[in-house]
Amino acid sequence: MASSITLDRPAAAANPVVSGPEQYSLTINGAAHDFKLEPCVTLLDLLRERLHLMGTKKGCDHGQCGACTVIADGERILSCLALAVAYDGAKITTIEGLAIGDQLHPVQAAFLEHDGFQCGFCTPGQICSAVAMLEEARRGMPSVVTADLSPDSPIQLSEAEIRERMSGNICRCGAYPNIVAAISDVSKGGKS
Amino acid sequence: MNAFTYKRTSSADDALAEIKKQKDSKYLGGGTNLIDLMKMGVEHPSVLVDVTRVPEASIEEYNGGVRIGAMARNSAVAAHPLIRQRYPVLAEALLSGASPQIRNMATVGGNLLQRTRCYYFYDATFYECNKRLPGSGCAAQTGDNRIHAILGGSDQCIATHPSDMAVALAALDAVIQVKGPTKERSIPLVDFYRLPGRTPHLETVLRAGELITSVDLPAPVASRWHYLKVRDRNSFAFALVSVAALVDLDEQKHIREARIALGGVAPRPWRNPDAERSLSGAAADETAFGQAADILLRGANAYRHNAFKVELARRSIVRALSAACQQA
Repeated sequence: MASSITLDRPAAAANPVVSGPEQYSLTINGAAHDFKLEPCVTLLDLLRERLHLMGTKKGCDHGQCGACTVIADGERILSCLALAVAYDGAKITTIEGLAIGDQLHPVQAAFLEHDGFQCGFCTPGQICSAVAMLEEARRGMPSVVTADLSPDSPIQLSEAEIRERMSGNICRCGAYPNIVAAISDVSKGGKS
Repeated sequence: MNAFTYKRTSSADDALAEIKKQKDSKYLGGGTNLIDLMKMGVEHPSVLVDVTRVPEASIEEYNGGVRIGAMARNSAVAAHPLIRQRYPVLAEALLSGASPQIRNMATVGGNLLQRTRCYYFYDATFYECNKRLPGSGCAAQTGDNRIHAILGGSDQCIATHPSDMAVALAALDAVIQVKGPTKERSIPLVDFYRLPGRTPHLETVLRAGELITSVDLPAPVASRWHYLKVRDRNSFAFALVSVAALVDLDEQKHIREARIALGGVAPRPWRNPDAERSLSGAAADETAFGQAADILLRGANAYRHNAFKVELARRSIVRALSAACQQA
């Protein structure tokens, strides 16, 4: 009945023998790293627990919040659902890799300027997501609110477009108006 | 997550050779559903065969239509000029699904094979789920069943298929190409998913080890289209009801041909040839759309929390067909 709590794991029990660690390489924020780790290590856990890059946040750990967003070979992805070994050879950019020395990335500066956060937990994911999103828009990637899907129509990043394109990043403080303002500012060439 | 062996493969043949070495191996695409299910203890393969570097990832003209490599990422398909020009309903459906980050990771093959988001399936600490543990029962029948199926379910399972992409593909008469240990075969998307019946754990007609290599779209038949997705929040949520509508009108604005596929209401994208035939030659008005909707929803079976879906689906069908017909 519903009250009995049983974890159904027949496969793991039947096949306890698995191969050991995998060797692979990643370039993270410009630096090459070699790893020898169990294949179950996610990119998120690798960043936080092996490299101590704590900017990338573990929010839900199930692909629902976007706090773990990083940029892999130019594309924003969820590091919590990515097996690090599957990204062997990839170039990963995290929040720690966006500034050049003391010079903030324009999106980082805009978040400060527009107060695009309260508690700050979702912010690294928001910023990485926004950086890649602006590049997607520049390439002409449509969204579901884009009126004209035809391939050569340029993308205008209206507030509705920014909100739709950033919907994979949840902010439980509800700082959305300022997040949208910050991103909009950068998309228009902004102060930063 | 259980410990497992990881195998990277660089060709379909390589993947087929790896998958048959151990019985509980699974193909790994973008991982957006499978890795989550492994974290939840719902899936526990002992080998993951990574197919993301298998080269079948391109999108190209084929046989008068378009062939989409199964390893293509969802975002790449939605952005591709051939898809946006000829099959905009597919681009729109893809862009309606998940979030940009997930679309960047998820493959076409993996999207087709994603599992239901039924709460009772997804929570392995819950005992009853015939899909997860055949014979254990279906908690959704009497439990919280707001998101569940009104069509095609059984007393063993009322889970819905969550894909938006598959709904558009069903309307487009897509054909899935698969490669198995001994041969290749073609499966029309509308025949790809099984209804649960007494075997809800068997979800598709794929045989052991078969790998999806591409999804083929025949030449487009209708110029007017609409994809309507109704959900609890405006973005990044699964459909309560979705409708892919394709309509071809003649000069008098009568319907030559219409196709309607429903999502969010059944264990597979739901089409009904009778509903579509009822529209052939009809005036493109709400009376005709409503009649087609009634045929599509014939036999709908509502449960305690999802009775609203019957009327929601009816209105969504009418709205999607109207929107398609109003297109220039």
